[in-house]
Amino acid sequence: MSAEQQIKDTITANDVVLYMKGTKEMPQCGFSSRVAGVLNYMGVNFADVNVLADDAIRQGIKDFSDWPTIPQLYVKGEFVGGCDIITEMTLSGELDTLLAENGVAFDKDAADKIREANG
Amino acid sequence: MAMQAHEIEELIRSSFPSAKITITDLAGDGNHYAAEVIDESFRGQNRVQQQRAVYAALKGKMDGAAGELHALALTTKAPD
Repeated sequence: MSAEQQIKDTITANDVVLYMKGTKEMPQCGFSSRVAGVLNYMGVNFADVNVLADDAIRQGIKDFSDWPTIPQLYVKGEFVGGCDIITEMTLSGELDTLLAENGVAFDKDAADKIREANG
Repeated sequence: MAMQAHEIEELIRSSFPSAKITITDLAGDGNHYAAEVIDESFRGQNRVQQQRAVYAALKGKMDGAAGELHALALTTKAPD
């Protein structure tokens, strides 16, 4: 199966997918760690794909989204952004809105705590 | 493979001649930068579109293990 087809299958089968370096339990890059940490803390159920484990996916995901960096977050099959965008959206509350609109469960109190601590 | 802050600014400037560009060397190692780009052309674009345009200006410098620039934290917006 082509990398592109694998990616399509993955982001279709899972509401929230994070393409990252390492795993959500053991991230291997600070930027991946930050996004995985936010999602973990907010109690979001997400699938993680370790791009370091598969060179075809590592390049394929960049081609797929026309985005040169990892991590990359997908919600309901749509590319949302990388680390900087997710950080901004977390602090502004836009990530809460996006998850809520897509019917993805998350802990609103935890999200508020992140904003209080970084406000 | 490190890059100088002014090289990053020049690359971005080539695509965004009238932007307000601020480059910060986060770690002092020539490898971890933050860039803030404020440009009128961003108005009406979402962040993904804005940052894609900045990445395009960087012409592959961020690509993969061979990229000269490992880390560039981007902030993009239209002028207030």
